Parts: sequence; C-alpha cells; structure tokens
Amino acid sequence: MTDLTRASAAELADLMARGETTSREITTALLERTEAVDGAVHSYLHVDRDGALATADAVDRRRAAGETLHALAGVPIAVKDVMTTTGLPTTCGSRILQGWVPPYDATVVARIKAAGLPILGKTNMDEFAMGSSTEHSAYGPSHNPWDLDRIPGGSGGGSSSVLASFQAPLATGTDTGGSIRQPAAVTGTVGTKPTYGGVSRYGLIALASSLDQAGPCARTVLDTAMLHELMAGHDPLDSTSIDAPVPPIVEAARRADVRGMRIGIVRELTGEGFQAGVQQRFDEAVQHLVDAGAEVVEVSCPSFTYALATYYLILPSEASSNLAKFDAMRYGLRVAPRDVDDPSAEQVMAATRDAGFGDEVKRRIILGTYALSSGYYDAYYGSAQKVRRLIADDFASAFERADVLVSPTAPTTAFRLGAKIDDPLAMYLNDIATIPANLAGIPGMSVPSGLADEDGLPAGFQILAPAMADDRLYAVGAALEQRLHAVWGGPLLDRIPDLLASAPTTPMATPHADATTKGA
Amino acid sequence: MSAGDTEALMGYDDVLAAYDPALGLEVHVELGTNTKMFCGCATTFGAEPNTQVCPVCLGLPGALPVVNAIGVESAIRIGLALNCEIATWSRFARKNYFYPDMPKNFQTSQYDEPIAFGGHLDVDLEDGTVFRVEIERAHMEEDTGKSLHVGGATGRIHGATHSLVDYNRAGIPLIEIVTKPIVGAGERAPDVARAYVATLRDLLKALGVSDVKMEQGSMRCDVNLSLSPKGSGVLGTRTETKNVNSLRSVERAVRYEMCRHGAILASGGSILQETRHWHEDTGITTSGREKSDAEDYRYFPEPDLVPIAPARDWVEELRATLPEPPAQRRKRLQAAYSYSDLEMRDVLNAGLLDLIEETVTAGGSPAAARKWWSGEVARRANADGQDVPSYAAGLGVGPAQVVELETLVTSGRLNDAMARQAWEGVLDGEGSPTAVADARGLQLNQDSGALETAVDAVIAANPEVAEKIRDGKVQAVGALIGQVMKEMRGQGDAAAARALILSRLGQA
Repeated sequence: MTDLTRASAAELADLMARGETTSREITTALLERTEAVDGAVHSYLHVDRDGALATADAVDRRRAAGETLHALAGVPIAVKDVMTTTGLPTTCGSRILQGWVPPYDATVVARIKAAGLPILGKTNMDEFAMGSSTEHSAYGPSHNPWDLDRIPGGSGGGSSSVLASFQAPLATGTDTGGSIRQPAAVTGTVGTKPTYGGVSRYGLIALASSLDQAGPCARTVLDTAMLHELMAGHDPLDSTSIDAPVPPIVEAARRADVRGMRIGIVRELTGEGFQAGVQQRFDEAVQHLVDAGAEVVEVSCPSFTYALATYYLILPSEASSNLAKFDAMRYGLRVAPRDVDDPSAEQVMAATRDAGFGDEVKRRIILGTYALSSGYYDAYYGSAQKVRRLIADDFASAFERADVLVSPTAPTTAFRLGAKIDDPLAMYLNDIATIPANLAGIPGMSVPSGLADEDGLPAGFQILAPAMADDRLYAVGAALEQRLHAVWGGPLLDRIPDLLASAPTTPMATPHADATTKGA
Repeated sequence: MSAGDTEALMGYDDVLAAYDPALGLEVHVELGTNTKMFCGCATTFGAEPNTQVCPVCLGLPGALPVVNAIGVESAIRIGLALNCEIATWSRFARKNYFYPDMPKNFQTSQYDEPIAFGGHLDVDLEDGTVFRVEIERAHMEEDTGKSLHVGGATGRIHGATHSLVDYNRAGIPLIEIVTKPIVGAGERAPDVARAYVATLRDLLKALGVSDVKMEQGSMRCDVNLSLSPKGSGVLGTRTETKNVNSLRSVERAVRYEMCRHGAILASGGSILQETRHWHEDTGITTSGREKSDAEDYRYFPEPDLVPIAPARDWVEELRATLPEPPAQRRKRLQAAYSYSDLEMRDVLNAGLLDLIEETVTAGGSPAAARKWWSGEVARRANADGQDVPSYAAGLGVGPAQVVELETLVTSGRLNDAMARQAWEGVLDGEGSPTAVADARGLQLNQDSGALETAVDAVIAANPEVAEKIRDGKVQAVGALIGQVMKEMRGQGDAAAARALILSRLGQA
C-alpha cells in the first residue's frame, strides 16, 4: 500500500482518479504526520485542519458525482504565510500582523481553492520574506528535516521543510532573491521562480514589488510543473501580470528532452566561493545532461559581480515603501508608547513599528529610506537601476549562446541555525547565485543534485531560462531528475533520516500555535 | 481666530511700489469617473463613511493597483485642452510620507514623468486684457482619505480627543495642474489668479471631466506667492497657501499674502518657506507646517504599475473630442446675441450662458432669454443659495417655458407686466406659462373700442401734455400711455395705446 504522505502529487491524483483513495484519506494522513513531526520541524504557523478536511470532503463528493475535476483536485497543499487567505491568519512571519485575518484571497490562493486543493495551513517564513534561513521569523525558525540543527533555507523554509518532512506534497512559495530556490536546494526538494509577471502577485504581501514572484514548490519536477500551471496565467488585478499563454511546462516536464539543447555554465557562478561537495555534484549533473544529449557552453556575465550590491539597494528601497502601510491605523498590531499620556497617532505608529518589526526588517527599512532620500537617490537607487539593466543585458547575450544557464543554486549546503544570524552580509551571500534572475525577471528552478560528500546534506542545481521560456526549466530539470533517480535508485528524499526515529519525543518549544491563532 | 494671529500688513499700493509679485498656482481636480483611480470602488460624493472601500484603496497587505483607463483618458484630454504636450512615455511614482488618512503611507502620484507638460491657458482679465498663464505640467494622482478631528473646539487636530478617518475619498482620481511661475502680473496678480482658476474651472466643466465644485472640494487650489524687489527679477522665498476654495478667496488670498510678505520684507525680515492655511471667514492666512528640506518624499517609480505610453493616434482621437475653448465660445455667442460687454459679464457671472444658449436653440430670442433667466429667477435662486441652472433644474423649469412665455408676448396675448406675472406663477409651480395665464386670467384687452375710450379720456384729462405732444415733444407720450394702461387695469396693449395717442394728436 502506498504511503500517502510520501507519494507525489501526480501519484495522489492518479490514486484518487482510480478510486483507490480519497482526498479525505490523504488529507487525514498528512494532518496526522503534521501532529507527529511539526513540533520538531515547525513548518507551519497555522494549521487549518477543519478547512482542509471540508475541502477534501467536497472534492470527494464531486468526484463521486462524476464531475470533471482539476488534475490536482483533492491533493492537499501548504500555503506560504505571505499570501492572503480569507478567514485564515496571515502574518507574513511578522509580529506586526499577529492575529490579522484577511478579508480576501490572493489570486494564487483563489486559483488553488477553485481547483479544489485542500489548504492544510500556512507555512513559516522569514519576516516579510527577508532572510535565507527562517531565523528572522517572529514565531521562531523552521528546522531542516535532514538535520534539525540546520536551517531549511529562507525565506520559504516553512514550505521547503513541509515538503521534506512529508507533511504536504505541494507548497506555494515566493522568490524575491532566491526564497523558493535556495530552500529547495538545502532540503533536497524542487522549486521554481517563474518569469516575472507569470504568476499573479495580487494578495502577496509585497517585499520588493519589482523582484517578488510567486511560484511552486514540490518534491518532483512534474509536481512542480503541475502546480506552476495551476498558479500561472494573466490576472487583471496585477498590472505587471503577463497577458500571454502560459508556456507548455507540464508537457516539457513529461518529455524531459534535452537533446540538442545548449547548456550554458555561468563562469561567475561556479568555482571559488562554492563548497567543494556542492561544486562536485554540480559538475556531475552537467555531465548527466551531456549524456542525455545536451551540449555545454561556457558563458560570462561580468555584471553579476554587482548583483548583490544592486539587489541590496533596490530591495530595501521598495521594501521601505511597501512596509510603510503597517502603521497600526487599520489592522494588525497596535502598541501604545510607554510613559506617554494621550499619545498621538504618530507616536502610536512609531511604538507599533518599533515593537512589531524585527531587526532585519528595521535594518532594510533604514537602508531603503536612506537610499531613496533626496541627495542620495541618484547615487544609490538610480545607479542600482542602471546596473540592473546591465545584468539583464548580460543575460540577453548569454542566452544568445545558450538555451538555458546553469549553476549551483546556493554556494553551500544548509548551515547551522545561528551560524550567520549575527552576520547579515554572510547571510546575504547565500543568495549570490539566485539574485541575478530576480533582477532580470527571468525564470529559475532548483532541482536536487545529490548530497555533498563532506556533510551528507542536499545540494541544489539551478537552471535559468529566458523570460517566458519557463518550459525549458522543466525539460532540463526533468531530464536531470530522471538520470539522477536512476543513479540513486529513487528520489533523494528516500535517504532522509526518519524524523520519528530521531526527533525528540516531546515537541520542541515553539510559540507559533499561540502566537498566530489569536484573533482568528 | 484670536487677534494675536493677525500679522502686520503693508498697504497694497506700497507693496506694488517696492516689489514684483510672482505667483504659482496648483489646482487639484477630482475627476468625475465612476470608479476610483486604482480600484473599482464607487466615487459617489457624500456616501456613508467607509462604504466605498476595498482592499486596494484601504491599502491592505497584498492588494495591488490597476489604473483606471478613463482617468488616463481624462488626464490626456485636460492636457490637450491646456495646450500641453502629451508624454509618449509616462510613469507613476510613489510619494512617501506618513499620514493616518493615507492608507499605504505613500501617495501614488507622478513625479518627473508626468502625462502632460508645457502648455498654456489664456485668461481674460477684468480690464479687458488677455493674460497668458504658462502651464508647467498636469499629472495624475490619487486623493487621500479624510480626517475628522473630534472633541476639539475648532475641528482642528489640536485639542481634539480623537480622529475619525473616512477612506471613501482615498483613491479618487485627481489631476494636479501646476503653473509655471507667473511673473509680470504686477497689480493684476490677484485678478490673474482668480481669472486663471475661473477659466480653468470653465474649461474642465466644458470637458465634462469633473463637476469642479470648489465648495465640495472637487476642485482645490493652492496659491504659491513670493515677492521680489522691484525690477530685480530674482524670485523670492515663497509660501504655499492651502485650502483656498472659492474664486473670491483665491483673489483675496493672493492680495493678503502680498501685503503680509511686503510688511515682513520691508521691516528687514525674511519669509519663512512654509505651508499656510487660508481662513475664508476672517480673510487671513495662518502658519501651517513648516516646509523645510527635512521633508523628503523619497519619490521613486511605482513598481506595481506599468508605464503609460499613449499611442499617438489615440491622443489625436482624444484631441478631436475637445470642446470649443470657453473663451472662444463666449466671444462667439456674445457677437451672435448682440450682448453688450456689461450684459455679457452679468450673464457669465450668473452662470447663465448654457441656459441662454439652450433657450435660443429652442427658438427663443437672445434678448428674451437673457431677460427671463436673469430677473426674478436669479433673485429666487440667490435667496435659495443656488445658481440659476441648478435652481431652475430643481423646479423643472427650462428653456421650453421661456420660449412659450416669449411666444405669449409676441403673439399679443400678454404684455410685459402680464408676462412677469405668468413667469412668477411658473416659478411658483403653477404650471406652464399658458396654464398660469389661463388660471390667472391674464389676457391683453384687444377691444379697440375700449382702447379708444380710454385714450380719449386720458387726452381730455391731460390737455397740457397733449399740447406738448402736438408741438412735437413725442417723448411725453410715456406719461399718457401709463395712464391709459391704468384706465384699462393693466390689460391694455401698450404699443397699440402709443400708436393711437400719437395718431389722435397728429404725430402718427
């Protein structure tokens, strides 16, 4: 009998279609898994048991009645807490939104609901998606199921760990500088940042509007493609949404054909600064693609040297403005200043923002406010926009020589919790390989490349494609996955330690259950 | 306001002797679109607070703006009507500052890439000259919510115990129209300011893009003013006076600030660059927040919206929809109607031109149209605090009634005094002019025998006057006509009476 918690979304969909299981059975199995392991992993900020089961039952009834359903109907999903969900708390990992229950659904969430996927809960994240480890979540970090002392990546560490700990087969993510791809890399899962504008941003609590992009997270390339297809497409509520057909991504994932494809290795994103085991798995993966019929070229993108600096001017600038709305006036936390009788609105705003935002958020608001201020704008924000153009130009010329570009997703495997929390620059460097795609608006994917020899932890293989050519990611990702599964004798996650064997018998102290359900 | 707030003022003529004024006018116009600038919420004025709101205009986390196409179209038409260039590529920008009635704590506006720029508007001044006001730019933005400060004596934030915020207005489309510095107006500066705003109001009304009601805040004016030593050509430090919400106030505020600046400068002081508030009741300005370099809006291009690049053929299509410029139309109609300058001014001041034009179109004569729309109805509208068009519309009285009334006169059924009575009846809601005339028994006495009897009696009773007329002093006939009318209890035909008197006295 299939372990419903380990099956892929595609397999679960087949099982339901064949009448061998029901959405209720699957949903119940996953909720039980969460009860067993999430005390240790802390993927969720909020679990919606009743809502998930109600959706599951509704789908089961419709299926029994012979209705035509979406391919993924009845397959449960976890939603990153950056997305608004009617009736479910949405905190974005921040104290300032504690207890806020949105009155509307993000477009992505509305599509998930319309397709009949039970929403299991809201996953943990770095506060306002600022971070690479979930350590900046106001509700405590998530843990990497490969090693609970290590980070699950960020900001989407809740979504990556929920997949790697078999609490859900699908999850949503958002990627501003790598928040889907880097968590996928360090947990041995798959994640795609679509072309900017490919998936609606409506209802995503904005970090940096020109960089944010929602995308799919799963354990297989095909599942990722199926979820991507569900999420994607034009949305009139998002002015930056692309009004064009979604590329044939599911078909590309099924065909897994890279014959004749030119794979470009980006010189600036390999070698020095990358962990030996990560580099080794990357080199082997490239060889597998060559074996599958692809051709390798080396390309150079000299402006990438400035990508991190550019990113850390544009992101904080936009974030400082996007986060201005959290002012205690209409929703969320409201804190009265100490020792002030009859405080003014401005004093309440200041006290609330002081109490409600964490250090990393404050750091970036200050950076962005500075970069945009009069007299500095041209030197900082203005220059950054020019470099951004150069980075896009580098990609354009690289894509003249190659159909896709590849690199390791992150320079290292998962680092230990606490290792970089006091060194923001070291933390930022984790995103060195993922950031250029966000600056240029092109799509990127991370697929597992294996375990690094020195620490036995997962490494990720990043694939980048030109804007609107997301299907190429899936062709390459699926081809690599096929070859590696053959080598490994099954998915990489088959090798993950058994959490129930190694986890502490008592749940770890996590404040999330209380912290996020108040006022719900 | 307490007396302590009153500042020293210099005499207006003294100001002009020593200084040249420079003006800058910023006018905000609320567009009359059905929905808001960036969401689908309704824009009805006066709705219950916070009933016309949604995640977008409340600035809820995750919500995104979508541009109102009619808003853009209106902005382009306004730009074209102001003789501006229309940008081939234009972007929105965020203007960042914290204020409780601004949901996102930034205003979506335009900064260095406005939709329209570099135009002009010619305005007619009281002295008959035409003054050209150069337009710097016209750009699109959204309105803020509205704060109501409760518990204080004055409704101001100081002294209030709490504030209520109505977000219905948040996100209403605004066009901000900014002039270049207006120099060289000299003593006419207050007149130029008033005439500019009045002309702009007429233009926007003719475009049909806004109801331009200054009293309801759908058109708001900020007045920038500075003085420079006469002939120096160097712009002085300016103040920005807000809340100037009537044409008369615009004129008064300019004059007041000129006199206030003059007093400060003449005493060796310097002008503080600041925002000032205009007080309609007392006719003075008071200091608002200080506008210093510290106020930094950190503008940057709005990343949630895509640039606007209006196609040239669309712009030309919109140009073809522009109405005749109001000034040109006024000149054309004045000539066509043969109104004197004085008559025309009265017609314009009372806002009657549209009604008169409609009445003429419906078959009335320009003279009768002007006469009937400016007399009794104007008095009543004024007493009711309304303008004539809306007052008449409220009564259901329009051009058709005036045409009917005029026909009753020209057909000889009513004389002028009777027509006035009939018109009063119409305004009293007694029905059409004919119905009122019937009900009140208004009918000229067309019995020639009765007229002859009355005329002969009056001539007999006034031999001296009759003698004068016989001697050629024809103008004396008026006195006799009056008496004939009296004899006939107002129902005589004055023209017939005149003809008969003159004939009897050998002057016909």
